[in-house]
Amino acid sequence: MSSVTTTQDHHDDHHPTGLKRWLTTTNHKDIGTLYLVFSLTMFLFGGSMALVIRAELFQPGLQLVDPGFFNQMTTMHALIMVFGAIMPAFVGLANWMVPLMVGAPDMALPRLNNWSFWILPMAFTLLGMTLLFPGGAPAAGWTMYPPLVLQTGDAFPFLIFAVHLMGISSVLGAINIIVTIMNMRAPGMGLLKMPLFVWTWLITAYLLILVMPVLAGAVTMLLTDKYFGTSFFLAAGGGDPVMFQHIFWFFGHPEVYIMILPAFGVVSQIIPTFSRKPLFGYDSMVYATASIAFLSFIVWAHHMFTVGMPLAGQLFFMFSTMLIAVPTGVKVFNWVATMWKGAMTFETPMLFALAFVFLFTIGGFSGLMLAIAPADMQYHDTYFVVAHFHYVLVPGAAFAIMAAVYYWLPKWTGYMYNETLGKLHFWLSAISVNVTFFPQHFVGLAGMPRRIPDYATQFTDFNAISSVGAFVFGFSQLLFAYIIWSCARGGQKATDQVWEGADGLEWTVPSPAPHHTFDTPPVIK
Amino acid sequence: MKDGQGNRLLVGKLVLLTLGMFAFGYALVPLYDVFCEVTGIGDRTGTPTAATYLPTEADLDRVVEIEFVASVNQGAPWEFRPAVSRMQVHPGKLYQTTFFARNTASDELVGQAVPSVAPGQANRYFQKTECFCFTEQRFEAGEGRDMPVVFFIDPELPDHLETVTLSYTFFAQDRVAAR
Repeated sequence: MSSVTTTQDHHDDHHPTGLKRWLTTTNHKDIGTLYLVFSLTMFLFGGSMALVIRAELFQPGLQLVDPGFFNQMTTMHALIMVFGAIMPAFVGLANWMVPLMVGAPDMALPRLNNWSFWILPMAFTLLGMTLLFPGGAPAAGWTMYPPLVLQTGDAFPFLIFAVHLMGISSVLGAINIIVTIMNMRAPGMGLLKMPLFVWTWLITAYLLILVMPVLAGAVTMLLTDKYFGTSFFLAAGGGDPVMFQHIFWFFGHPEVYIMILPAFGVVSQIIPTFSRKPLFGYDSMVYATASIAFLSFIVWAHHMFTVGMPLAGQLFFMFSTMLIAVPTGVKVFNWVATMWKGAMTFETPMLFALAFVFLFTIGGFSGLMLAIAPADMQYHDTYFVVAHFHYVLVPGAAFAIMAAVYYWLPKWTGYMYNETLGKLHFWLSAISVNVTFFPQHFVGLAGMPRRIPDYATQFTDFNAISSVGAFVFGFSQLLFAYIIWSCARGGQKATDQVWEGADGLEWTVPSPAPHHTFDTPPVIK
Repeated sequence: MKDGQGNRLLVGKLVLLTLGMFAFGYALVPLYDVFCEVTGIGDRTGTPTAATYLPTEADLDRVVEIEFVASVNQGAPWEFRPAVSRMQVHPGKLYQTTFFARNTASDELVGQAVPSVAPGQANRYFQKTECFCFTEQRFEAGEGRDMPVVFFIDPELPDHLETVTLSYTFFAQDRVAAR
């Protein structure tokens, strides 16, 4: 890379326009935008399914939808939010920001990049069209446990192939990100000089490559069990349904860190900017991220304490799970120490990042409670679990994505978003997300099971509160969509640095970031 | 260009890693069994295969209730039920009961019953010395018959267990028969 010549500057500037531009683009910024718009669409789509669930649970008894459709909603909501909203949003952020942050002109494999995005709409068309099938969409939960999932009707192969496509898309995206980070950093940017968002994505990309193929294997086994006479999970043929849970969660636990490590990265960029101080404990942040990634491979069975595991297994998975609190705690304390005596201001990205630190930690603590094997016998498959993982995924991952969008939106569009509306969006979201999910801890501890459309009457009040919160939260996101739309159309011009305390290569390029950046690699001091 | 070569090499390694992990997903199936065998944890087969013997002394002071449950897998064409739904037994004493099964289909079927003991803790104390679940059962069209189970409860059964449930699921055995 050291001998860059001007011959590289003759980029094809005869862009196709309209739809063809987006179908054929190999530009990392265009593809990043596609990912982000796609994930916002899926976020609203999957969110509306959550509102169907909350509307049904507003009162005990069966009001609005039949139980079969309710099950389809819980299943599809989870699949769409995990694979359609959160993961593509982070991949979109990586596409936009990783080349800018490491000083690379584009992703390493631009055509592959185009393909890994365009597989996603196909995957979600396959999955989404099952809603129109006579037997309905998959309804056995996103975890697809056999034997129940094998009773899915015509939607079953569509579910499996959709998961395959999502997996291929993620793995291709991950390969691209790793190659970009390893081979295309600007001269002088050593690994331990990379911004933390890049670090967390490097580790996340390795996690994706290590576990998405295992999920692909697990769902392929389901497919052959149903149609080709194998008996991986069928007791009748000598298989074991619990085996599926072991394989699934070997994927599933690293998967939850795939959804949260990039969020850690985003927050580690934003908090120093608005505290006007460098990140506290950079090296320990990197090592903590790597430790979390490693530990994620040895804790999977804490999702299945109730399958009848031997005591030794329960103890091992209980303690290894609790161990994760140590590196996670390192991160939380580092963020707090970064803010310590900083000249803090509270623009929308910072508000979302602060809410992330606070509310993600609540989700982490309920996770510690769930890790206690004897207590988990009570919590398992209750609304306490639902509250736990929504705390880490909604005010955790989703808030970090929103923080990232507000933080980098001026760089993407060249305009400042409407700060008043941004703050309104924050406060509506932050309050309603707690109104939605906090009461679910209480009903869960009292024994309300998840994934059931009806419940005992003593849970009515908390469920009604939760439903009200969910509707406020859901409709607040339309405001988010409006803010992004109006920011893309115009507004106050953004400066190159955008934020007073911002530091990093992405702030050295003009706002909006031109189509081609860093054709000549920047020099890192 | 040198850079392109570096990319290809790394991409190649990562693709290999991906394929390796796909294979590893399948390898997990036998690996879990190997792991349980080597470490001795897991108890996946229920009871050790060593010969079971009837204790010389029955614990006549203690009464354990045994419940029998019969179910049929996913619409398989069987009629299947226990002769009695519950029994009071003394640990250490041998008992016999029967389950009745009838093939309601119009052609010959092979069935296999898969047992399960609840709570799981009681599994190793529930000893079956003779059971129709040990072998495949062949039924002519419309044929029905009683099938015996001979069992005893190990007197070591933990005290807090007062009820033990033995359930059988009857599978139509086309897949196993085809193997």
